[in-house]
Amino acid sequence: MDIVNQILLNEQKKAEKYKPITVDKHLDLEFDLGTLLAFDTNDVDSKLLKSNKDDYLHSLTRDNTQLLLNKIWELPTERIDEAIVVRLPQPTTVLPRAKPVPKPRPLTKWQEFAKAKGITKKKKDKLQWDEQLQKWVPLYGFRKAAAEKEKNWLIEVPQNVDPMTDMYEKKASEKSEKVAKNELQRLKNIARARKVKIPRVGLPVTSDKASATQLATAATVAKASTASLGKFQDKLPKEKEARGKGVHELIPGKERKRRAPIPTPQAERESNLNLLDSILNKRPKIDMEKAVAKHIHNEQVMRSEEKKNMKPSKGKRKGKGNATNFSAKKPKAGRGQRNPNKKTPGRKRR
Amino acid sequence: MAVIQRIKKPTTRKGKKVLLAKEPKPIEGPKQCLFLQGRNPSERTRKLLKDIYDLKKPDAAYLSRKNDFVPFEDASLIEKMCDKKDAALFGVGSHSKKRPHNIILGRTFNYNILDLIELGAENYKPMSEFHNMKVLAGLKPCLLFNGPAWDLNQDLKRLKSLFIDFFHREKIETIRLQGLEHALSFTATDEGVIYLRSYRILLKKSGQRTPRVELEEIGPSIDFKLRRTKLAADDLYKEACKIPKEAKTGVKKNISRDAFGSKLGRIHIGKQDIGKLQTRKMKGLKKTPEERKQMLLKKKAKKSVNQTQITSIN
Repeated sequence: MDIVNQILLNEQKKAEKYKPITVDKHLDLEFDLGTLLAFDTNDVDSKLLKSNKDDYLHSLTRDNTQLLLNKIWELPTERIDEAIVVRLPQPTTVLPRAKPVPKPRPLTKWQEFAKAKGITKKKKDKLQWDEQLQKWVPLYGFRKAAAEKEKNWLIEVPQNVDPMTDMYEKKASEKSEKVAKNELQRLKNIARARKVKIPRVGLPVTSDKASATQLATAATVAKASTASLGKFQDKLPKEKEARGKGVHELIPGKERKRRAPIPTPQAERESNLNLLDSILNKRPKIDMEKAVAKHIHNEQVMRSEEKKNMKPSKGKRKGKGNATNFSAKKPKAGRGQRNPNKKTPGRKRR
Repeated sequence: MAVIQRIKKPTTRKGKKVLLAKEPKPIEGPKQCLFLQGRNPSERTRKLLKDIYDLKKPDAAYLSRKNDFVPFEDASLIEKMCDKKDAALFGVGSHSKKRPHNIILGRTFNYNILDLIELGAENYKPMSEFHNMKVLAGLKPCLLFNGPAWDLNQDLKRLKSLFIDFFHREKIETIRLQGLEHALSFTATDEGVIYLRSYRILLKKSGQRTPRVELEEIGPSIDFKLRRTKLAADDLYKEACKIPKEAKTGVKKNISRDAFGSKLGRIHIGKQDIGKLQTRKMKGLKKTPEERKQMLLKKKAKKSVNQTQITSIN
């Protein structure tokens, strides 16, 4: 028994030697172990804070740190490179990002097409065996240009081409054209992704000669490119409007929105009934201004006709001017009665 | 990720690399921080920013030149500098009679100002005045927020988030237990005073597995007074807090792995309609025309009954 008591006493002494790791708090702390965060919602003792600020903050922080570390020590531990680590849970505090969440990159026109058609990219070898040079030539990049130069030390001028053409120059221009086309497509893809409206290009710029259909398209597009969309443009005899795939989209004012398909039979019925109603219930519309103008005109015509009929019965007098009937007014011209055959004397001008 | 959606192509390979590094990513690394000097910074603000810079060090830049600008009126300089240095956090120090020892802390979202919080450094004891061993640079500190005011006051709530943003460093999966060396304590009172204290954690034996914690103050020790704030609107803040799909950790249902490590999926198929099942076709089982006629009539009768019911209900 003595030994047991001894051991117990020793244990007690050992325990007294260490300070406690438990902390009493009125309200429990909120922890976010993922960010090593503890939030103490207990009231701060303002009296102690004023009288003995630093010591109070020290003890408060110590207690809270102890609580936080107690929680962390409960987490599952691992051993990585002779160090004991704990696996932290996901942080619960949500912090704002530095930059917005990236949107999925919009597909290029080709990618869209390839996706629709199920075309997948084939992996090509970086090096290809060249029979002529008898060596491996890269597909592009370093040493490709040199190989190309070595290969094309002489270029044959084909039969159908003017014998004086510089084939090297032609090749270079073709290459630069390809590069330009690629760049244009890249920019178009960017514009499409950003939903920027780009001016339409009427015709593809091709080499010296354009085909008849291209010319016809160009003429049609040009004719429709007025402010009134070519409504008042004259037509040549036997002129035909350009037709074909993609032409309609090029002509300004020809784009029309297709109506959405009618969703249900009820909706279709309703729309048809509405159309019928609108036709059956059509009442003549009265244009008030026009009607009034017409009425006034009729009255005027009637009056003038009455006047015409009245005049001959009264007609004793010959001539218009009356010397005896002197008035202060100056003699005037035809008084509104127009007769181009009759010569009006008018006012004497000096 | 290799294509940059930009009209002008980068001319050099290095330029392209820089642009690619600057592009938004679904999971971001630690935010970079900038420390600037405003108009007439006092010695105290200068030292204070330097101390915070020391605490943040690998992910921060300290710019010592004075800048004649007022962040609360025109923050374009900050936005420009943040764009240039690819930073999302910033601290500006200035000093005036009206606002002595002024520290402005803030953050940006997409190179636009998100939050701006102005603090006055009323009492300050720099790190150099504590003559003791400091913690290693780049350690993830324990953050301790004391006082109910952090949750009650809207400005302080945002300031709490800003402080976490400043000091939490980086999201990590595991941490070495001996590496828990640094504790930062933020105590807020109802009057808007914030006490920032920094301690070194000493782990003592406690006779158990969990150690007894003792602290030793290493500085800086700052008493902040909350001044003006310019906080982001709620919708903008919400947008900034958006969590990308890649970072969401949802449990994927119905996927399991067997002992050999092959993936097994459980899928749900609706109940099979046995009545409509096509069995073997035989001439003898075909319906005669009369039977078919009767079926049609039956159907019609059923329909009309249904309709009358509907009308009666109406």
